[in-house]
Amino acid sequence: MTIVFYGAGAVAILSTALMITRLHAVHALLYLIVSLLAVSLVFYALGAPFIAALEVIIYAGAIMVLFVFVVMLLNLGEEAARAERALLKPSMWTGPLILAAILMAEFVYLLAASSGRSLGGAMIGPREVGASLFGPYLIGVELASMLLLGGLVGAYHLGWRPTSSRELR
Amino acid sequence: MELVPMRDGFLLAAALFALGLTGVLVRRNVIFILMSIEVMLNAAGLAFVVAGARWRQPDGQVVFLFILAMAAAEVSVGLALVLELYHQYKSLDTDAISRMKG
Repeated sequence: MTIVFYGAGAVAILSTALMITRLHAVHALLYLIVSLLAVSLVFYALGAPFIAALEVIIYAGAIMVLFVFVVMLLNLGEEAARAERALLKPSMWTGPLILAAILMAEFVYLLAASSGRSLGGAMIGPREVGASLFGPYLIGVELASMLLLGGLVGAYHLGWRPTSSRELR
Repeated sequence: MELVPMRDGFLLAAALFALGLTGVLVRRNVIFILMSIEVMLNAAGLAFVVAGARWRQPDGQVVFLFILAMAAAEVSVGLALVLELYHQYKSLDTDAISRMKG
């Protein structure tokens, strides 16, 4: 059963190494998403299913959507259309597809072979995490909410530009 | 009955952190730098989860949640800065902003 941990770890390292060597940002994003999915499978193998789900939902979902949005926003125009055609070539997405297929095979194996038991022995579910989060770590939750509010206000302030100053430029 | 040894989990986290650090140091595109920072934060959270799984405590997962919130806030502000950088300099190269005013 430990083969799931080592396989997912190898996929994570390989896709991260491929991520930092890509020239195009979209290809790097594909490999980064595969890397995050691999780390999520590592979390599941370590007995943290709640964190594995959050890794997929927030990291590979929300944060990567922000990255894709900004990358697509930054190359508008005619060369972007040529780049889109180049992106749709199969040689661009076969690498992430192969790595993601390895992860999918490991996931199916993990679901089929295990009877709800984790590799690390005891599985720590959402109940324990939630009880600890809103018990002794309640001040941390409040601080995290204030940090997120600060991030929201900061991003809004940086992205806001008045129409008069745009006309002046 | 620790089936996955803690050393291997920490080695995986260290390898991912080193790869992210390499990306920050080598790449000059600011989008790649932000993505490498994401990898480093993820590796730090992985180390916490490995330690939490070793001692059967939920504290490691709680710290990972805090890292997740911090990464979300950092990415939103960072990407707003990237857009501002592109609007002012028409470039994503960090060498374009290596000089300060004054």
